Amino acid sequence: MSVLVNKDSKIIVQGFTGSEGTFHASQMIEYGTNVVGGVTPGKGGQTHLDKPVFNTVLEAVEKAGADTSIIFVPPAFAADAIMEAADAGIKVIITITEGIPVADMIKVAEYIKHKPCRLIGPNCPGVITPEEAKVGIMPGFVFKKGKVGIVSKSGTLTYEAADQVVKQGLGITTAIGIGGDPIIGTTTKQAVELLINDPETEAVVMIGEIGGQLEADAATWYKNSGSKKPIIGFIAGETAPAGRTMGHAGAIVGGSDDTAQAKKKIMRNSGIHVVDSPAEIGKKVAEVLASL
Amino acid sequence: MNLHEYQGKEILSTFGVRIQRGIVAQNAQEAVTAAKHLTSETGTKWYVIKAQVHAGGRGKGGGVKLAKNLQEVEQIAGQIIGMNLVTPQTSAQGKKVHQVLVAEDVYYPGESETDEFYMSVLLNRATGRNMIMYSTEGGMDIESVAEKTPHLIFTEEVDPSVGLMPFQARRIAFNLGLSGTAFKEMTKFVSSLYTAYVKSDSSLFEINPVLKTSDNKIMAVDAKVTIDDNALYRHKDYVNLRDLREENPIEVEAKEVGLNYVDLDGNVGCMVNGAGLAMATMDLIKQAGGEPANFLDVGGTADAARVEAAFKIILKDPAVKAILINIFGGIVRCDRVAQGVIDAYKNMGTINVPIIVRLQGTNADLAKELIDKSGLDVQSAVEFQEAADKVQAVLA
Repeated sequence: MSVLVNKDSKIIVQGFTGSEGTFHASQMIEYGTNVVGGVTPGKGGQTHLDKPVFNTVLEAVEKAGADTSIIFVPPAFAADAIMEAADAGIKVIITITEGIPVADMIKVAEYIKHKPCRLIGPNCPGVITPEEAKVGIMPGFVFKKGKVGIVSKSGTLTYEAADQVVKQGLGITTAIGIGGDPIIGTTTKQAVELLINDPETEAVVMIGEIGGQLEADAATWYKNSGSKKPIIGFIAGETAPAGRTMGHAGAIVGGSDDTAQAKKKIMRNSGIHVVDSPAEIGKKVAEVLASL
Repeated sequence: MNLHEYQGKEILSTFGVRIQRGIVAQNAQEAVTAAKHLTSETGTKWYVIKAQVHAGGRGKGGGVKLAKNLQEVEQIAGQIIGMNLVTPQTSAQGKKVHQVLVAEDVYYPGESETDEFYMSVLLNRATGRNMIMYSTEGGMDIESVAEKTPHLIFTEEVDPSVGLMPFQARRIAFNLGLSGTAFKEMTKFVSSLYTAYVKSDSSLFEINPVLKTSDNKIMAVDAKVTIDDNALYRHKDYVNLRDLREENPIEVEAKEVGLNYVDLDGNVGCMVNGAGLAMATMDLIKQAGGEPANFLDVGGTADAARVEAAFKIILKDPAVKAILINIFGGIVRCDRVAQGVIDAYKNMGTINVPIIVRLQGTNADLAKELIDKSGLDVQSAVEFQEAADKVQAVLA
């Protein structure tokens, strides 16, 4: 098992014929991901990367049976693309696009609230279930199949964590990049919950950063769930000063409760195995799994 | 993008929010002209001279002063313009003041007592909706109000499908204890303030204080406005409101070459791909006994040109005693990055601080070999911890 995406996912690429979309779609296809086509308004009927291009997402759903979408549409048009996917009945919408205005995401969040879909991102590296589906921009070879789930806000730090886990002789069930924006579709808590409930996942790595309440919410949920499945956690940004945005729009210390220290304390109190050094994530996972 | 008080107030005024009126001046002479103009426009007898810098707590540092005649306007404006204003929100060196706002006096006596409130509009990240946060305790540091008297802070969340409703504006005015004309004025103030927030694509409005004048008008006496950078493409007229003098010059330069850089106070520079990994690398530097000198995300294409640009920016800081490069090569191959580092190093001539390069991911071994054989004074590492150990060694 795995979560969100697997070998049976029927994936379309929105912004398929653009340079980003073309590059990453071909990487995804090369990985063996089941890409059934793409959407670029006005280019319907053409073929791109040997896959059909559709004018609308609805057409891709009706003709190719698409149930999952990955979005590379430029920021000014990305909110519209997400809502189009939700309207067409896509179940999992993974948005890579960085730089979407907050006002647009407020509308998106409201629009998809009552739709039967899950949004991942925006401004995220995507989701990968090793050896089945890579629906994102991550380097596929880093992620070997295994028993550890990963939830993270950041791209390269996810690859780092996966690499460390793999070097311990372990592997990944599904790695979910939730994104670093102030408004994201799937929170840390929701992603952790998916992995805790996945029978094949034996441990979860949860990587967060300064700013916001996502990690604290996830930790509280975990504590109350009574789950025995271990979580290994790391929070980046212990050395980041308050009031300065660190790359991700969401990574800014606003008050005393969203510093790295405060988050780690809440996580430790919830039974999460927190590491202070980003170099010790893999080691800790191996140690915790060995002690079960 | 942060705006000056006078720029923020101009935007508010465009959307019908009543503001304390004022005219910006670049020197003492302009301040006098502005004051004369202001009196003919508003009838004000006294003036408030306010330093225009991107920092709060200006009053505490002597950046806001009352002038009771034109001589005082000239004298005070002369004092404030050019000073290094130190406030609780600036560094110890303070911020240089380039201009002042000459504003009308709005605390004139009248039929009732004046009253000050606090009001901000911002995103509630937990719900993904905008909210209005407000308090009866205006004119004070809101953080300390939140700490000491949290029951005096109220919030009103806005449903994006309908926007701010009149009953919400009324609730705010009631909670602030207003009645009569002031009540009506406040409901109008709140609804136009929210409209301004949405229409300007702002990510923060902080109005402190919102004043009830002695004749029951409600107005913004100060305005801290932050525009969402991601939305600037649809507000071309706001783009030139950016005052580069208020920003760190190295950060501005970094931005021009597409690097995401934040200047910090430490002694170890770092160059990393990805924001999360960059923060993690800063943390590791601290654990290795150093202090990060910066945050720097080189992004997805770490080629020679970008690495060189990043080197130049990091080395502008004389406090830097070592540089740690940490790149996780995914789509970007590590040997390409290694070659970029070598080429950049050679182009730069001599770099007088030790450099530790940690390349992990695609072709990491090949990259290490390239670095090791380059003959340059660059140490290579593959594992994250190994890089930290090497930083520790060079600092010892």
